[in-house]
Amino acid sequence: MKISRSTAMPYIIWMIIFTVIPLILVTYFAFTDGNGTFTMANISEVKDYVAVIFRSIWLAFVATVICLIIAYPLAYVVSRASEKKQKTYLLLVMLPMWMNFLLRTYAWMTLLENTGIINRLLVMIGIGPFAMINTQGAVVLGMVYNYLPFMILPLYSNMTKIENRLIEAAQDLGAPSRKVFSEVVWPLSLPGVMTGITMVFVPAVSTFIISRMLGGGSNMMIGDLIELQFLGNAYNPNLGAAISLGLMIFILLCMSMLNQFNEEDKEGMII
Amino acid sequence: MKKVITLFLAAVMLFSCAVSAAAYDNAELFAGLDTEYYTRFKDAGISINVYNWGEYISNGEDDSLDVNKAFEELTGIEVNYTFYATNEELYAKLRAGGASYDVIIPSEYMIARMAKEGMLEEINLDNIPNFANIDPSLVDMPYDPGNKYSVPYTWGTVVLVYNTWLVSEDTDVETWGLLWNEKYKNNILMFNNPRDAYGIALKKIGFELNPENTEQIEKATLALKEQKPVVQAYVMDEIFDKMGAGEAAIAPYYAGDAITMMDENPDLAAAFPREGTNIFVDGMCIPKGAKQKEAAEMYINFMCEPEVGAANCEYIGYSTPNLASMELLDEEITSNPIAYPPVEVIENATYYELLPDELNKAMDDGWKSLLADDENFTFWLVPAILLLSVLSSISIVVRKAIRKRRQYY
Repeated sequence: MKISRSTAMPYIIWMIIFTVIPLILVTYFAFTDGNGTFTMANISEVKDYVAVIFRSIWLAFVATVICLIIAYPLAYVVSRASEKKQKTYLLLVMLPMWMNFLLRTYAWMTLLENTGIINRLLVMIGIGPFAMINTQGAVVLGMVYNYLPFMILPLYSNMTKIENRLIEAAQDLGAPSRKVFSEVVWPLSLPGVMTGITMVFVPAVSTFIISRMLGGGSNMMIGDLIELQFLGNAYNPNLGAAISLGLMIFILLCMSMLNQFNEEDKEGMII
Repeated sequence: MKKVITLFLAAVMLFSCAVSAAAYDNAELFAGLDTEYYTRFKDAGISINVYNWGEYISNGEDDSLDVNKAFEELTGIEVNYTFYATNEELYAKLRAGGASYDVIIPSEYMIARMAKEGMLEEINLDNIPNFANIDPSLVDMPYDPGNKYSVPYTWGTVVLVYNTWLVSEDTDVETWGLLWNEKYKNNILMFNNPRDAYGIALKKIGFELNPENTEQIEKATLALKEQKPVVQAYVMDEIFDKMGAGEAAIAPYYAGDAITMMDENPDLAAAFPREGTNIFVDGMCIPKGAKQKEAAEMYINFMCEPEVGAANCEYIGYSTPNLASMELLDEEITSNPIAYPPVEVIENATYYELLPDELNKAMDDGWKSLLADDENFTFWLVPAILLLSVLSSISIVVRKAIRKRRQYY
């Protein structure tokens, strides 16, 4: 026990300096005004942005669901493939992540524009052009594209642990494939689903550059709003901190509710 | 055979190295300079931190002069060069502290704001003899009386860039109203920063560029909201991509960048709205707490050398305030009416002034309500929701713990 604690020291120090202290600072800023006196005004002012917050949550939610729908079958197929093929598939999943995040988003901008590549091709075959850029759909697309690997990887690593024996046993006992899925595969893959949802939803809800580039700036999200407090005209870090704090508490709530689900569905399972 | 080729290649490389080393002596540039002044700190091992806009200095690309390298060579002072994207970013960084810079290049309204808040060091103009090169019409301006804090680096105006292919000939392009024109619905780009966007809106509805009271700001917000349906996107640097590709027809932007865009896409043209536009000056300043003030002044002086100023302006496309540099520039550049507009345009143009805090705040609030649909909720709604969230999180954790304990028994 002693050994494990001392080996964790570097991370503990790291966490105190770069996570705990900044968190305390954020809380401090959220509850004070420019002169350092206590106030609730910042937290209350967050109410003006409820529309933005709900929009961010909604878009992030849609993106997470789409990611899950795309990633789940893929992760299953990959986890059932031969070891050699698994490596190739994983490489293909990881490949886009080797490119810079900004560059990838910028590329989508040129793809989706009215005079962009997709629309030009569509016009060539006689349909379109469609207005794709500067819509909420484009923002969701950007999120799905950028965060899909974060859904696939935890699902995959979880599903490789589902043994074929269990599936075969279910089949031997006469379960139709729908039953095999709902009674065996799905419950066993739940921890992976939870991790995947967390890893996609949390960055998606606080993203800011995707909405600026693909949403045309008028689909403001909570990340843009926080940025505006620091890099905007009025420079109001206190309000920025309050919005961040609100977002953090909200995510905390989402996560604990997810855990709750997990706990009730599969008693005693470790995430 | 292979060996011969390798040898040959090696010889070519060596030769080209020698050539570039010889060409890169900058001896020609240094000849006319006051070397005694510039070599004062030669062996002191000093370095200065310069914080500038991105793509805002001649950096040696495309056979241009590498200004920082030349400065290092001449003075022996090392230059650490980093960059930012907006005035507000620079301001936030300096306000947050922690970073130390010796030279920064904010725009005039930010210079006024920083000077007012005591964030700038007074510049000793005696150490900057080249200040004499600066155009007298750009010296001693209201944003910095007597140039106590800043030395102009570049200046420019905001122009309307439009695509001659997409905008019909009979359209009146010399008005800000063009940005409200229903005919070009979804083909109009707008600034994605409140100050510039509000400046245009205020001008359009007949006020001055600098709002006088919150009422004017509210009216401008209404005008911007009215404009929103015809706007394709609110952009900053993405404009290069969008205007270059013909994705949008009309956009307001800074003259220097407009020239860069027009070079890339010959269909583009620019116009000055007759309501009057914004004129801006970016000035070199020394922030409070700079460690190498004299070296910073030397750097500023170097930037005002005629050749250096000319190289910078040739590279970045903005207009130079340096009369000696202007003489060295190509006729083609100095006769460009976008970069060096006629006197009437300049006289009709206004600088941004430092706004009082409440106007800044009103502007930010209006801007946010423009970009985020505003809905009203009661004062305690958010605190209540957050409290509820925390409580339910805690209760879930507690419930879990209780259940776990039960399992033990």
